[in-house]
Amino acid sequence: MAKVTFKQPDGTETTVEAAAGVTVMEAAKINLMSGIEAECGGACACATCHVYIDANWVEKTGKPNEMEEDMLDFAFDVRETSRLSCQIKISDELDGLVVEVPEKQF
Amino acid sequence: MSVVQGTDQGEVIETDVVIIGAGPVGLFAVFELGLLDIKAHLIDILDKPGGQCAELYPEKPIYDIPALPEVSGQGLTDRLLEQIKPFDPAFHFNERVDRLKRLEDGRYELETDAGTIFRAKVVVIAAGGGSFTPKRPPLKDIEKFEGKSVFYTVRRMEEFRDRDVLIVGGGDSALDWVLSLQPIAKSMTLMHRRDDFRAAPHSVQQMRALVGAEKMRLVIGQVSELKGNDGLLASATVKTKTGEETVVCDRLLPFFGLTMKLGPVADWGLNLHENLVPVDTEKFETSEGGIFAIGDINTYPGKLKLILSGFHEAALMARKAHSYIHPDKKLLFQYTTSSSSLQKKLGVRD
Repeated sequence: MAKVTFKQPDGTETTVEAAAGVTVMEAAKINLMSGIEAECGGACACATCHVYIDANWVEKTGKPNEMEEDMLDFAFDVRETSRLSCQIKISDELDGLVVEVPEKQF
Repeated sequence: MSVVQGTDQGEVIETDVVIIGAGPVGLFAVFELGLLDIKAHLIDILDKPGGQCAELYPEKPIYDIPALPEVSGQGLTDRLLEQIKPFDPAFHFNERVDRLKRLEDGRYELETDAGTIFRAKVVVIAAGGGSFTPKRPPLKDIEKFEGKSVFYTVRRMEEFRDRDVLIVGGGDSALDWVLSLQPIAKSMTLMHRRDDFRAAPHSVQQMRALVGAEKMRLVIGQVSELKGNDGLLASATVKTKTGEETVVCDRLLPFFGLTMKLGPVADWGLNLHENLVPVDTEKFETSEGGIFAIGDINTYPGKLKLILSGFHEAALMARKAHSYIHPDKKLLFQYTTSSSSLQKKLGVRD
């Protein structure tokens, strides 16, 4: 199990427990986290599970691959730290991960 | 596959059943209806069959289709098309059903956004998550500019003649329209969040050549604000790596892909529950007799949004549809394995 913290645009933070192997998107959906839509269900085929990775974690989560980078074109206000949360698998290494939910998924 | 290209305005197509949505469940409905001697026309807003399977995940494997341990979205679509071939359904692509009304003779009349009119005894809504519609960037007041200065599709190229055009996006739609509209626009700017493009390499090359010849601009950045009055756009504020910049434009074409919206289904007078259509679990019929809803768009106690559930729903729907279309004919239950009459319909050789 690993802890993941979701920061909402209004500043509220929620920490959830997630099993290794599930994606950050799935951890958000299981815990009914607002701001993560995941319209396509995790196929890397929309961009509605967009998150910003906390600066301290960027190195550990790594960079998006080409397919994810392409799909990020469909997100709004994309930053250097942008990722699609369905493409990040939880592992012990990521215990304590902090991600920021964008103002809007679209 | 019989694809019907845009019919003449006002032409009326009469058929047994109109299926709204050509996703996997709509396609399989053709099969179940066909076995009962019922002919169907399918209408889809996309330019191809397969719905989400073909549009969202053509290459992604699906693992829960009975007897197919692993099949891609496109693979499943192709197999369904092969399976329904004997029934030769007519496909109408790039059309969205906007209006649905009951006629005095009990049939339904449907009209698409392209003006095609259908009359059918039975309507099957197999619209999945709804119709695919262009994504609207969450920019403040963008809706005030829509239809006047902001467009999501190019219906008339003349709309862009002698205009300062800003196109946003990095895929084929964005690049194709940059190349088509650049010769007639007063000025052309393409904006994309990064200097990499998903579009076909030769389009990107052509675009870069135009930029090199100073016939258009390429801006790497993201739109943060639209400025203008009374629906007329004057400029867009752009966040770039180094700061902010203003792009003068009176026409904006954002290409951010598609999203699913329930759309006009909501206006047809059917009972709805959280944007889904409630049905019974015997016939999968809606609150209107003769209108059925199958697949992801319906809801009932215990509903699972699985393709296989949609297949089951299609089979039961077809039996009730039969009673509307052939009220005088008794419906026998038969197996394709042993029934020579079903096998004849399927074109099985002796």
